[in-house]
Amino acid sequence: MRHRFGATIALAGVSVDVPAGAAVALVGESGSGKTTLLRCFNRMVDPDSGDLFVGEANVRTQDPTALRRRLGYVQQHGGLLPHWTVAENVGLVLRTLGTRDDTAVAEALSLVGLSIDTFAQRYPHELSGGQRQRVALARAVAARPGAILLDEPFGALDAITRAEMQDAFDRLRTQLGVTTLFVTHDLAEAARLAEAIVVMRAGRVEQRGTIAELRGAPATAYVRALVARALAQLESLGRSAT
Amino acid sequence: MNLTLALQLAAISTLSLQSDRPVVVASKPFGESYLLAEMFAQVLESRGIAVERRPGLGATEILFGALRTNAIDVYPEYTGTGLVAILHDTASRQNVYRHVAQRFLELYGVRWLAPLGFENTYAIAVRRDVAARDSLATLSDLARASPQLVGGFTADFIGRADGLAGLTRVYGMHFRAVRPLSPALKYQALASGGVDVIDGYSTDGLLARYNLVTLTDNKGFFPPYDAAAVVSPRLARDRPDAIAALALLSGRIDVMEMRALNKRIEVDREDVATVARDALRTILGASPSPAERANPIAIQAREVPWARIGALTARHLLLVAIALMAAIVVAVPLGLFLERARRAAEPTVGALGVLQTIPSIALLAFMIPLFGVGVVPALVALWLYALYPIARATYSGVRDADPDAVESAEALGATPAQRLLWVRLPLAAPVIMSGVRTAAVITVGAATLAAFIGAGGLGEPIVEGLALADTQLILSGAIPAALLALVVDGVLALIERRLRPAHLRTRRVSVLGS
Repeated sequence: MRHRFGATIALAGVSVDVPAGAAVALVGESGSGKTTLLRCFNRMVDPDSGDLFVGEANVRTQDPTALRRRLGYVQQHGGLLPHWTVAENVGLVLRTLGTRDDTAVAEALSLVGLSIDTFAQRYPHELSGGQRQRVALARAVAARPGAILLDEPFGALDAITRAEMQDAFDRLRTQLGVTTLFVTHDLAEAARLAEAIVVMRAGRVEQRGTIAELRGAPATAYVRALVARALAQLESLGRSAT
Repeated sequence: MNLTLALQLAAISTLSLQSDRPVVVASKPFGESYLLAEMFAQVLESRGIAVERRPGLGATEILFGALRTNAIDVYPEYTGTGLVAILHDTASRQNVYRHVAQRFLELYGVRWLAPLGFENTYAIAVRRDVAARDSLATLSDLARASPQLVGGFTADFIGRADGLAGLTRVYGMHFRAVRPLSPALKYQALASGGVDVIDGYSTDGLLARYNLVTLTDNKGFFPPYDAAAVVSPRLARDRPDAIAALALLSGRIDVMEMRALNKRIEVDREDVATVARDALRTILGASPSPAERANPIAIQAREVPWARIGALTARHLLLVAIALMAAIVVAVPLGLFLERARRAAEPTVGALGVLQTIPSIALLAFMIPLFGVGVVPALVALWLYALYPIARATYSGVRDADPDAVESAEALGATPAQRLLWVRLPLAAPVIMSGVRTAAVITVGAATLAAFIGAGGLGEPIVEGLALADTQLILSGAIPAALLALVVDGVLALIERRLRPAHLRTRRVSVLGS
């Protein structure tokens, strides 16, 4: 698959597949093309060439609106509607379909560990950053999509909240078994949450594999350096703890 | 506010297009013109002819433009003005009336009735002390002293060939400075020493009041300014009864009589309708008209007329409300559309912004050839003014609505319409409302000028007050208009609170109950 923004080549001959029910992480630095690739899946970006399949269906031939309603989406800053309550926000996708389902909303909230009694009628500005991302997550899964796309979902959170969110996300994914593709710049987070990691650089895939494969047999110097940096971070953490 | 009301108002104005409409009598914005127009109106009414009054409608160009297009039917004009300001022509002094009457009929189909009997020429006036100091008696004397003097002239006089330009040419005047002054203020400016020379009218009542010296036109520069009724092509063709009634005044008012009548209005501050009625009684020998005027919004007694202010305020509010509603109906969808068509946005909004830079009085003048005089042109002008703030606010409000919220709604499958109704519009509502508030305040202010083209409202006493140099009358329109602007802004502020999106509202219930 290829895509360019103006003169900048964002994606060059990328190929990625996400097995049903699995979680795949796209890892890379800013400008590596990972967000562009993610946004191709729900047609927020249409690639210049190449094809994408969700299930058996070619994304290109589908109505973008209908496609998006079947794919959950979480962005880095949540993107909650500030003038809607938590319950209304979580019910957004259902509402676009012309339905309203309070049970689904309550279930989605409990999946992300938020009590409906406490939170349903609150507005986003009355929540903490972590709670807002939980609501965004609940909104993405409330209509039980076949897959969810997440763009740096925990990137704007502090370390403690981030760890809590990772746990909550892991639980939710286990419970729903939903196919997941997410973008992160943090290899440790990718290792913690995903079965497979795709390392991207300058619009190309450097390597695809489990964290053990990336560590044991790095395909390029870039991957080797990336893994080494993440390990050094962990080690320095370990040293300062003892 | 409802639509039928708007339609009724529109109907009032389209009436002017029908042949059985009342005879529309207009005047220029100064006392004598008011009085003559009121005499025309009363003499028509005394013959059972329905009349619509447009006192103080505008200066020569506006009035004549309205007359030749049949937007008005009759107004008092002066032969010299017709010759120089409209025909841009010359004629020997004895021939001016005949020449003007003939040319007007040929060129415009406009008819001059026989002159009323007096001449009202320009009277260049100075304070008595200045006349004594510089020994001024003639305009040639004035030319000699002019480099030390400041002139204060009406815009009309400054701009006309038979005014300052001609005076400069013929007498070689070069004033130290020339200040444009409103007719209402020039006498005060002269008396207070702000200027040294003004253009008065020879029949002005105020010349006597301020103890001024008028200088002799020793070179015969000013053409004769015989007053006469000029009538529209429509009236001349279709209403011989009205022409006959107006002709009753021809040759019946001499200069002494006119000066005395002007003094009653300008110096003694008597009511125009009363003075006109008295004058007609003298001329025609009997009480000519029903005592009560048909027009409910009209010049009544000269003390503060509370009932009239109430009616004018209601009228003012109605004009503002209709113009504002119409502007909202157009500008909000336009702003929303421009958000979808960004390329066209800035040029479109910019073009509306240019309208804002046209002075209200000029915009109103542009409306006359298109829509005549009265309510419709005023509404169109006010509507044009209100478009810009609303369209600008709507466009930037929806454009700048929380981009994360808009994007996530899109990425989760909201259609463009859903994104607009659920996200952009509610988030933009406070910005749009602030645009509406700005438009409302502008419109309340601009609507005072609507009186210049006969749409009524609180501008009416302002226009009359300016013409009659009556401060109290001016304030009786200006103060309610200012208060109205505050009230309208306050009411819209309350509506804005109610439209504020939930997350911007305080949890606490306010006294105002938002």
